Amino acid sequence: MSTHGVGASVLRKEDDRYLRGRGEFVGDIQLAGTRHVAFLRSPVAHGYLRNASIPNECRQQVFVADDLAAVAPIRAHSTLPGFKSSDQPVLASGKVRHVGELIAMCVADTRAEAEDIVDAIGVEIEELPVLSDMLAAREAGAPLVHEEWGDNVFLTTDFEQDLDPIIARAAASVTRTIRTARQSMSPLEGRGVLARWDSRLEQLVVYTSTQQPHIVRTGLSECLGIEHARIRVVAPDVGGGFGYKGILLPEEICLAWAAIKLGHPLKWLEDRRENLIASSNCREHHYTITVYGDANGKLLAIDAEATVDAGAYSSYPFSACLEAAQVVSILPGVYDLEGYRCRTYAVATNKPPILPYRGVARCGVCTALELMVDALARELAIEPTEVRFQSLIGPEQMPFNNITSKHFDSGDYPESLRQVIDTIDLDSIRSRQQRGEADGRRIGIGFAMYTEQGAHGTTVYANWGIPMVPGHEQCTARLTPDGGLELRIGAHSHGQGLETTLAQVAHEVLGIPLEQTRLIHGDTAITPYSTGTWGSRSMVMSGGAVACACDELARRVLRIGANLLQCPVEAVRLKDGAVQGAAGSIQLAEISRTWYLKPQELDTEADPAGLEVTAGYKPEQDSGTFSYATHAAVIAVDPLTGEIELLDYVIAEDGGVLVNPMIVDGQILGGLAQGIGTALFEEMVYSTDGQPQASTLSEYLLPGPTEVPDAQIIHLETPSPYTRFGVKGIGEGGCIAPPAAITNAINDALRAIGVELSVLPVTPRRIVEAVAAASDSSLGKVTT
Amino acid sequence: MKPVDFDYEQAKSVDEAITLLTQSADALILAGGQTLGPMLNLRLVQPELLVDITRIDELVRVEASTTHVTIGACVSHAAVEDRRIADLGHDFLARVAGGIGYRAVRNRGTLGGSVANADPAADWVSCFAALDAEILVSGQSGQRIVKIDDFLVGAMETTIGTGELINGIRMPRLGASVRCGYAKISRKPGEFADAIAAIVHDPDRGCCRVVVGATDGLPLLLDNDALGLGPAVALPAVLDPGPVRDHLAWHMPVPDLYRLNVQCAVLQRALADAHAFPS
Ligand SMILES: Cc1cc2nc3c(=O)[nH]c(=O)nc-3n(C[C@H](O)[C@H](O)[C@H](O)COP(=O)(O)OP(=O)(O)OC[C@H]3O[C@@H](n4cnc5c(N)ncnc54)[C@H](O)[C@@H]3O)c2cc1C
Repeated sequence: MSTHGVGASVLRKEDDRYLRGRGEFVGDIQLAGTRHVAFLRSPVAHGYLRNASIPNECRQQVFVADDLAAVAPIRAHSTLPGFKSSDQPVLASGKVRHVGELIAMCVADTRAEAEDIVDAIGVEIEELPVLSDMLAAREAGAPLVHEEWGDNVFLTTDFEQDLDPIIARAAASVTRTIRTARQSMSPLEGRGVLARWDSRLEQLVVYTSTQQPHIVRTGLSECLGIEHARIRVVAPDVGGGFGYKGILLPEEICLAWAAIKLGHPLKWLEDRRENLIASSNCREHHYTITVYGDANGKLLAIDAEATVDAGAYSSYPFSACLEAAQVVSILPGVYDLEGYRCRTYAVATNKPPILPYRGVARCGVCTALELMVDALARELAIEPTEVRFQSLIGPEQMPFNNITSKHFDSGDYPESLRQVIDTIDLDSIRSRQQRGEADGRRIGIGFAMYTEQGAHGTTVYANWGIPMVPGHEQCTARLTPDGGLELRIGAHSHGQGLETTLAQVAHEVLGIPLEQTRLIHGDTAITPYSTGTWGSRSMVMSGGAVACACDELARRVLRIGANLLQCPVEAVRLKDGAVQGAAGSIQLAEISRTWYLKPQELDTEADPAGLEVTAGYKPEQDSGTFSYATHAAVIAVDPLTGEIELLDYVIAEDGGVLVNPMIVDGQILGGLAQGIGTALFEEMVYSTDGQPQASTLSEYLLPGPTEVPDAQIIHLETPSPYTRFGVKGIGEGGCIAPPAAITNAINDALRAIGVELSVLPVTPRRIVEAVAAASDSSLGKVTT
Repeated sequence: MKPVDFDYEQAKSVDEAITLLTQSADALILAGGQTLGPMLNLRLVQPELLVDITRIDELVRVEASTTHVTIGACVSHAAVEDRRIADLGHDFLARVAGGIGYRAVRNRGTLGGSVANADPAADWVSCFAALDAEILVSGQSGQRIVKIDDFLVGAMETTIGTGELINGIRMPRLGASVRCGYAKISRKPGEFADAIAAIVHDPDRGCCRVVVGATDGLPLLLDNDALGLGPAVALPAVLDPGPVRDHLAWHMPVPDLYRLNVQCAVLQRALADAHAFPS
């Protein structure tokens, strides 16, 4: 391993500017003449928009659906059979379908004045019955979110198998209903848009806080009906994405439209209230699930029905099928099953669309299945880890096609479990439980395992047929005359550290010092097209593309170097940033300078293609890399108050070859924090009339430093057989397993008093109520 | 989330503040802004005028007599936390102050603002109730002194009138053998509490006040006789859970098992705190 190439834990290049507050986010960009936008949003969840009364003095500053008649609605279709499309109007027309839906755009010199205009507009809405619960959505007579559908189901997906023969052999079965909360993604920086019309280039320029500048450009082109060449999308520094910034927002389209119409720049910065009540919803699964096991604890079959509350619209580009369709294909988890049956429903409700959130679908799936593994173990009175050892796909089976044809590329799942058991010291926890706690609390340990399919490509997404199917990822690599290296990619880095890790990849190939390599990204005008950063794909895909482009640069540099050294190309090699031959060596900087500025020193037959290369990359097999991990949590719970303390947390993960282990640890720890949020804190509650019950962060609780323990991270490194360097995607894994591991630990702790929780988040109130229900104690009696 | 257009005045004296407050129909007092700021941004309040009282010297004073300590309304939580003001006894105020919100909130948030806001989950509300503090209220016709029990009327409600402001909080000096205990249960540090208990057991002054806070309304002063408490009896290490639970349940307007459990627990923790902290 070199000290700066693949595998080196070098410090992040980007942190110098971030830590000094010198990053430039959308909100930091100041353009002369900018006016500000505030949106009038629907106060009700469902109703017919009858009339908007706009005071005359501000009529010119307000835009409603009629003004944007030429703008096409957002439409994210899926070609999965039976998928029903929804048209999401950019500004509501006819009907509003969730609280916070945009009704009018108000423009003024300041945001405060724009909000004054919002307050001055009166809207009349004829309210309709509200559909706020996903389980009610499929009932006959439920209010219809999209009348023309006749029901509320975006999509039903199935995996069918006759389980009867397996059930006949099963020694045990357990059935549970499990529910995960609707959450709100909470990046430090919300969304933000600054749009202007460049009259010189006759081009719309949109600065937006996105993970996918190229996809936003395509979406804008479709909705506004203008060609790509007239749109430039710039994603400057972005303060966290997590999936929320992988969505084309109606606000982006509104501002783009208005910037063209009004001719001056327009800015909208999402505030936390808008973020919470209108925009960043995610997760929310419901499972009815039965698992069957044999007497040894081997998991034989799963029979499940899952419902996903997809909210009012199918958002672009990932569509309303993303969660539910994935649930069917990934619910079997890390286990080798004989039988599987699953039906999922993606239903529409009068709530904001759910958007992809780090660990899309996986977090809910892992919660459901891993809670069931522990429930089965309790039923059989064996260690939950034993069920896992009995049921895991073994290393000797790799690569392995599981029951839903997922192609698990490599790994040793039992080994990661073993390492976690040793590190957390399961035996000592069990004896501590025997002894009991002096303070009356109960100790529990919980495990959870998952795989994280990353960088899944064309074949996978073509099946879903959503507006965006990823293909080859490209990189343009260019040597500058002074020997520096510019890497241009279409993916985006917003916390992942790509400015560092991609420089490490280039260094591995070319030997150029990291400080002389610059990553250029986030600007459609100067980077190759890309579907962007999502699905744990950037290191695999952009990393592979960088390596390919650098390979080609290396070939060209060698030819030029050999030419300058007056020897055959076979006689030179690239080492330590120089072309070395028997007679001497030439630094890359000298080769660059010669090519660009002193070509007279080269023979005429020297390569005319130059020192700029665009190369495309795709893994040999594009069904995805499969990182995996075992998480284990030790908790203490107070049965009287429901308070939970995380005492220990251990993770053994295998992300293949790690380009920068320090950055991987950071990704895992950040994910862990989010997973703790899912497990214990985050819940976007809706009233029956569809009103969000949290509009500030004092009602929507996020974990903070005091809630996140120091976790021990163990790395296994099984290289992917299909990717450059053997890397695997690791960006999402950290947040997938904590809800299951922590809930399993709580259930382990409360097992002796007959308490089992299966609704997330596991709040103190839920614990107290479950304890009371189990001990049949009521108000006024002592429950300890 | 931007406030409506408003005027801003910095008062130099209590009299000037009162004059400004009475001149405008929609004037509000601005102290640390830690509650008012978010309310302005959410447009839950839409004042015409904000009267900033934090530059008034009188309101950041601390007066200590042999019997009382009076703390100006604009003294910050942080000043108390950092022990920049006289200790009443048992380091009580500083210990409570250190647990309010986050340091950034404590740097600006004030004692007067907390009491004026009268959030049942606010730490000072319960703490001052246990201390039997008095609130000094200044108005056009001078100053009145109101016992905390009379000052608080309900959740977010006080007897303060228009054109009045809280000038300071007057607290008794505590006896040499006082024991003070404080505990709260909240979802995470820095969040408002789900349950609070504050205890001042001061035999020298013949006082024993045990308060449960973060209720739906007023802080609940427990009945000493019913629970076998009092200045003449030593403060017990734990309370018998049965009677405590019955007592708290009886005082709970809407039965709520979780609330009841955390109130029971927090009370025992406050007792433990009173005993754990060296006198
Ligand atoms: C993130 C966060 C966490 C917090 N956590 C806690 C916590 O754990 N515990 C806790 O107790 N508090 C907490 N707070 C509230 C904090 O303590 C505030 O400081 C306090 O509630 C209000 O004090 P202030 O000086 O900021 O008042 P302001 O916000 O300036 O004013 C609040 C109200 O009181 C009025 N007012 C202010 N001063 C006076 C006066 N002298 N006379 C009459 N009226 C007056 C104002 O007009 C306004 O209506 C938290 C606040 C935040 C933002």
